[in-house]
Amino acid sequence: MNTFYSKWLGGKKGVIELAVLAAFIFIVLPLWLDIFRLNMVGKYLTYAFAAVGLVMVWGYGGILSLGQGVFFGIGGYCMAMFLKLEASDPVSTARQTTPGIPDFMDWNQVTSLPLFWEPFHSLIFTLIAVIVVPGVIAYVIGAAMFKRRVSGVYFSIITQAIAAILTILVVGQQGMTGGINGITDLKTLHGWNINSNSAKYILYYVNGALLLGVIVLCKYVLSSKFGRLLLAMRDKEDRVRFSGYDVANFKIFTFSLGAAISAIGGAMFTLQVGFMSPSLIGIVPSIEMVIFAAIGGRMSLVGAVYGTWLVNYGKTAFSESFPSLWLFLMGALFIGVVMLFPNGLAGLYNSYLKERLEKLVLKFKQSGLFKKLNPVKTELQNEQ
Amino acid sequence: MSSKKPMVPSTDSCASAGLSMRKVALAVAGTLLFAAAGSALAATPPTSQVNTTHLAVTDNEIIVGQLHSSTGTMAISETGSIEAERLAIDQINASGGVLGRKIKIIQEDGASDWPTFAEKAKKLLEENHVAAIFGCWTSASRKAVLPVLERDNGLLYYPTFYEGLEQSKNVIYTGQEATQQVFAGLDWVAKTKHAKTFYLIGSDYIWPRTTMKLARKYIETVLHGKVVGEEYAALGSTGFGSTINKIRLKKPDVIYAAVVGGSNVSWFKQLKAAGITGKNHTLLTLSVTEDEVKGIGGENLTGFYSAMKYFQSLDTPRNKEFVKQFKAKFGADAPIGDVTQAAYEGPWIWKAAVEKAGSFDTDKVVKAEETGSISIDAPEGMVYLESNHHLKTRLRIGEWRSDGQADIVYTSDYIMPNPFPKGY
Repeated sequence: MNTFYSKWLGGKKGVIELAVLAAFIFIVLPLWLDIFRLNMVGKYLTYAFAAVGLVMVWGYGGILSLGQGVFFGIGGYCMAMFLKLEASDPVSTARQTTPGIPDFMDWNQVTSLPLFWEPFHSLIFTLIAVIVVPGVIAYVIGAAMFKRRVSGVYFSIITQAIAAILTILVVGQQGMTGGINGITDLKTLHGWNINSNSAKYILYYVNGALLLGVIVLCKYVLSSKFGRLLLAMRDKEDRVRFSGYDVANFKIFTFSLGAAISAIGGAMFTLQVGFMSPSLIGIVPSIEMVIFAAIGGRMSLVGAVYGTWLVNYGKTAFSESFPSLWLFLMGALFIGVVMLFPNGLAGLYNSYLKERLEKLVLKFKQSGLFKKLNPVKTELQNEQ
Repeated sequence: MSSKKPMVPSTDSCASAGLSMRKVALAVAGTLLFAAAGSALAATPPTSQVNTTHLAVTDNEIIVGQLHSSTGTMAISETGSIEAERLAIDQINASGGVLGRKIKIIQEDGASDWPTFAEKAKKLLEENHVAAIFGCWTSASRKAVLPVLERDNGLLYYPTFYEGLEQSKNVIYTGQEATQQVFAGLDWVAKTKHAKTFYLIGSDYIWPRTTMKLARKYIETVLHGKVVGEEYAALGSTGFGSTINKIRLKKPDVIYAAVVGGSNVSWFKQLKAAGITGKNHTLLTLSVTEDEVKGIGGENLTGFYSAMKYFQSLDTPRNKEFVKQFKAKFGADAPIGDVTQAAYEGPWIWKAAVEKAGSFDTDKVVKAEETGSISIDAPEGMVYLESNHHLKTRLRIGEWRSDGQADIVYTSDYIMPNPFPKGY
């Protein structure tokens, strides 16, 4: 119980953070917004997966990946392939030259389902693929890069190139991928209409729960010995290497973890928005994801969620009110945040709000309840 | 209602030969009287009658949405459509509005990003309850918006010429589908240029692929010609050197092109640099309108041909009036391309359909549109809305001049839209 409390949830501070975030996602937003706006927030929160992944990879691992959209996209495409196959039953595609295959294949003179599509008839395979495929791809990329000690800006450039390559591949192979239109017109998940209002509520909550789950998992990873090594590596890589650790393996693991997390977001995006397209895997969305993490504070897992929400909320609100000026306002927002709070929203919290909260905590410490908890805490500190 | 309406919905009525002139005159006078009385009475039917589906209609206002990219890579193409739709709506308002109600526009920016298009369409339909949306440009944006339209039973007027293979209940396509652009153009080039060999080149996405698929089949089976090369360049690619070398090697009678966007500029400049010009080669393109010429430069296109339903230079009183109004509002330099004109038709077709239905409800408007009896006097000439949601229009071939305008060298008969061609 104690390990769970301190390691998974990150102690008292962690519990409060998570509770506030959970209240925000599960109570405040649904009460505040109608289903249309809530579904939009659901979409933003899928980007938050990528931002949380980036906090791990970039904030703690010190690896700036400008290709997080690749993994978001692969996760999304895996899910979209399953949904598309379900929507392309022979009855509803009877109009096509070859009924029973997705419509865009028919338009591109493809007459039979490509082999790599076949397993996506199975939901279980799809769910596994959503996490495993991006994880494996990240592993391969990571192994190829980190084993050769490619790092820093070179790594960033390569990830960006991979994002560009994948976009070109998807757009070019349109008979198999839907090309620039993407995979559209997705209707049901195992017969369950994903476009109904009730489905949107359910998907929103599932999305929120998964997001919190991912954050808890990341907290656990960070509170373990591994998390400490990660920080040590980020700050003095050589020293860790000379201490006998294989730095590359740790980096590969972090990178794969970040990829798998982004991919979950991608799959949830497909379910909530109803399509997947190459515009979500390219360079621009990948960089946007870095912005989300930067605005939230790149060392803060929950900050990443707020950062994502704030940027996307701004995007929507500005573009609705000022259709021709909104990009300038977004620019002003980015510049403002970077100039005033270089550590993002989390930095804002740390430098302005934390002190006040700590005073409150101090008062709490003097009360009787704290003394009961205190021995446990010191014990833990000694352990570490 | 003012008598100077720029565009009037007309119904096909022809007097039979057996009627005497007097009878015709009487009948006409009677109809006019009846129509005048009718319009006076039914000028502003009560809101409860014209709106049973919670649309944004009041006694004197009706809200519609406009959803194009005003930012991002597509902004340059979509600006013309935004302007044309505004012009049409202003003119409709000036002539009394629709069912006695003024049209108010809520504009949203799709930002050249397909998920954003879906999000904004949803916002327009679910929050603003707009009666119709005029918007989208690329197929990708339309495909993204489609599920939203079908779920919320919205109505979209889509202006771009496109690949066909679609006929949604919730979309009216005011641009040409592929068969309307391809067959007549190929007929013309085969006949006037005695062309037998064709080289097909397009950007690599659904519209050029589908178009070329139709073209190849038509060339091989109907024209008994030969396709000597078929090639697709990645979207945005700027290197056409190898393609141009292959063209030189194969010496096709016709270069048949559907290269889009920024690639267009490189494509034509490199052709010119390689010495392939209108003087020594026949090039027919499906993707160059006055808007693109502005970017490519007329001198790089001189003597090449475009197959479109509309050119700004079209010499009719109706078009001259339209060009004048457009330039007065958006500046003398604003080019008017095929899609811009098609976007201008959207609000007018919607108005005609709403008035025919006597209601703003999507189902009733669509039903009126599917009768196949709606037509408007557009700048391109009379166009007829067929029951398959596409327009029956003509195809024109324009030969580009160095000043960026085209000489219209051929006008086809009316072509029925056929979004699902058999045997292709």
